[in-house]
Amino acid sequence: MTRYDDLLSSVGNTPLVGLPTLSPSPDVRLWAKLEDRNPTGSIKDRAALAMVVAAEKEGRLRPGCTILEPTSGNTGISLAMAAKLRGYRLVCVMPENTSEERSQLLRMWGAEIIASPAAGGSNEAVRQAKEIAAEHPDWVMLYQYGNEANALAHYEGTGPEVLADLPSITHFVGGLGTTGTLMGVGQFFREHKPDVHIVAAEPRYGELVYGLRNIDEGFIPELYDESLIDARFSVGPRDAVRRVRELLEVEGIFAGISTGAILHAALAQAAKAVKAGERADIAFVVCDGGWKYLSTGAYEGTIDEAEDALEGQLWA
Amino acid sequence: MAVEVRIPTILRNLTGEQKAVTAEGGTLSAVIDDLEANHPGIKDRLVEAGPGDGVGLRRFVNVYVNDEDVRFIGGLDAEVTDGDQVVVLPAVAGG
Repeated sequence: MTRYDDLLSSVGNTPLVGLPTLSPSPDVRLWAKLEDRNPTGSIKDRAALAMVVAAEKEGRLRPGCTILEPTSGNTGISLAMAAKLRGYRLVCVMPENTSEERSQLLRMWGAEIIASPAAGGSNEAVRQAKEIAAEHPDWVMLYQYGNEANALAHYEGTGPEVLADLPSITHFVGGLGTTGTLMGVGQFFREHKPDVHIVAAEPRYGELVYGLRNIDEGFIPELYDESLIDARFSVGPRDAVRRVRELLEVEGIFAGISTGAILHAALAQAAKAVKAGERADIAFVVCDGGWKYLSTGAYEGTIDEAEDALEGQLWA
Repeated sequence: MAVEVRIPTILRNLTGEQKAVTAEGGTLSAVIDDLEANHPGIKDRLVEAGPGDGVGLRRFVNVYVNDEDVRFIGGLDAEVTDGDQVVVLPAVAGG
């Protein structure tokens, strides 16, 4: 079906496309789940809509309410769209070291931004948002890191969609931020096709982002359940940029930088399958398009220059 | 069996501000013991008493061997071979 009553109804049901050239062989194939085809151009539309709908059902969100959310960008943009259409005000707490496009998009969709310091990255945004929430008990913090509707959106949407399109799937590779995608998809496959390997790729940022005062200030999203994934890789900007450029050059897909990190982990799984002489159908997430990251310098110049440009930025 | 261990900013006071140090050992556990011998105090920042008599990585410490999270490849028993890179990072949020 390609006709929808309104924009929010069109979230999800994204295409899964094969990568005939990047796939190592007819027996080991890669498939890209194009989440940039969602209304605001990222996978976060799924979680944002699900969290808003759940909060409305619970009676936590009523017309005119103010939503508060710590976000490094995409969730904020998705929430801004949903908030606009459903009649809520949105205040985002966002680290200052995110791309300029993200702030512009948030403002365009009508969100207000409170900047949190670059040092400490999203951890600091989460901490600051919790303080602000305590000062404004009437504001509703949907809190993507601990909101089960976030994972549920992928349990009910992303997972079943991928399985329907690729019944022979052997691996699912996604990014690890709030952990919502992999928790939902992981739970779905544990129940419906438990032999599917769930693989996580997390971005490895520059030192500034890990500049905590104490190791116990670290943050693990409440949603995270280690038992739902099988492997977890840390991918730095160099590999992410190299892969995101390769994806564009070889398969014509223009993706955001975090997708490069995910593709890097997917290709490692593919290489492992080839070496073991096993068949593999590896689905991975294209979280968003590259548009929001043009100003970061990731797409032009040498890899060294791009790596330098991304130092200190929250690029995923 | 020398490996390079990347040290996060918050633990560099224990390594004389060095970003990376070398250590020896065939498992992560042995590497951490070797680190402790040369940089006293670091072990306590990385591991804590686990269930029973065992020890495990501290909750907010992530360790990667050649970019793979050791919690999925044996934890402290994860194998380490000559030339591997061990990265220590505090857990941070995304989203």
